[in-house]
Amino acid sequence: MAKPMDQYKWHELNVGCVIEEIGNSKEYNTGDWRSMRPTWDDAKCKKCGLCWLYCPDNAIYEIEAGFYRANLGYCKGCGICATECKPGAINMVEEQR
Amino acid sequence: MKTRKGIEVSIAASIAAKLARVEVIAAYPITPQTHIVEHLAEIVAEGELDAIYINVESEYSAMSACCGAAAAGARTFTSTSAQGLELMHEILFIASGMRFPIVMATVNRALSSPLSIWGDHSDVMAARDTGWIVLFCENGQEVVDSIIMAYKMGEDRRVLLPVMVNLDGFSLSHVIEPIELPSQKEVDEFLPPYNPLYTLHPDKPVTMGAYGMPELYTEAKYAQETAIINSKKVIIDVMDEFGKKFGRYYKPVETYNTDKADFVFIGLGSVNENIKTAIDDLKTQGKEAGLINLRLFRPFPSDELMSALQGKKKVAVIERVMPGGAKNSPLYNEIASLAFANRMTLKMENYIVGLGGRDVLPEDFQQIYNEMAAKEKAEKVKKDKNYTVMRVRA
Repeated sequence: MAKPMDQYKWHELNVGCVIEEIGNSKEYNTGDWRSMRPTWDDAKCKKCGLCWLYCPDNAIYEIEAGFYRANLGYCKGCGICATECKPGAINMVEEQR
Repeated sequence: MKTRKGIEVSIAASIAAKLARVEVIAAYPITPQTHIVEHLAEIVAEGELDAIYINVESEYSAMSACCGAAAAGARTFTSTSAQGLELMHEILFIASGMRFPIVMATVNRALSSPLSIWGDHSDVMAARDTGWIVLFCENGQEVVDSIIMAYKMGEDRRVLLPVMVNLDGFSLSHVIEPIELPSQKEVDEFLPPYNPLYTLHPDKPVTMGAYGMPELYTEAKYAQETAIINSKKVIIDVMDEFGKKFGRYYKPVETYNTDKADFVFIGLGSVNENIKTAIDDLKTQGKEAGLINLRLFRPFPSDELMSALQGKKKVAVIERVMPGGAKNSPLYNEIASLAFANRMTLKMENYIVGLGGRDVLPEDFQQIYNEMAAKEKAEKVKKDKNYTVMRVRA
């Protein structure tokens, strides 16, 4: 969106709240209701990418050397990555805020 | 003089949808709406109308399919009754919130339980605040004309809202009336093809029905509310334009014999024909009563109703729905609120009639008139119920 969401007046919205901008959901950090966060033990990680593949929010990205991390702006802490990780390299820990 | 033809009102309603050149119909049959959708299915199957008829498995799906079709830019029609309207209740809000100009003929029927297939207004009254434009019809001609006008109202870029056209189950839907059906040419001249503001199309992808965060939801609903309030002007314009084209003029609030009377009935739908008969009968006895007929119920025509109520002293609000624990039935509450806000002192009475298909006769309205006339000096405050249920055996 052209400006932050909380600055829109009612008459500035599209009819029916239609969004004409493609892929603008990335502007909204939906990870702030997370109660658990994934942590990686790179010593156990086989770099298979299953966590990256299964993440329903595309929140997991590859870092240098082929390991993986979660973008905490979008990660909701669902734990699918930890469940799918075959070598058990992902551990869900309580979010501290 | 144009030709009027004796035709069942349901069949005429389906022909009106055909004349409006609807492109998608998604409906699930339910009494007393059945003849409308059956006849439309025939019309489509016979190739008389170039439309897609979606046989859905429920009313929930019917309204969902209508939303999808409208999102793709199709002129869309459906029809339902009673439990069917309640089953699609959730999607009614989605149709209005996403601003899809779907038109639905609601053939009013009582809600279960007890199970009843007969007419009253409990279905529409449970769906009255869903953000739809709500019209009521007194006779078959109004049904035909309202369906055609509904598309022009709803599809106007200043409106973009779904429209519900209410007709009473059986007492209107299943009767044969003399109806003038306009020609296709005339309807085409009046109603251009739907030109949607946004459509689902791969050439220009958009997101519809996205999540509204707390930062935006209030503004979104405020915009929608403003649209339905402002739609009244367009509704009036469309009614005027229809009148000029077809010679039948409509208004959001119509009156009958109100000039002479300071006593008025206010009612919705086909019951108003019997009220008019009662008014004529009362006249022969030297008694004057008027009728205020609300053709438009949402947006609530406050200004027009206020004008009609000027100088009136006694008002009998006639409704076909139980208040369900409320102080009064919905229309009464709204008129009382309007009168209070405008400091009007009206003697108002609330009469519940015709529940679950019980007959409502002109004699009932004469009785109401006589009761209220007798109460001139002795107004008694009712402790338990602020309304009267006509003909209940006690």
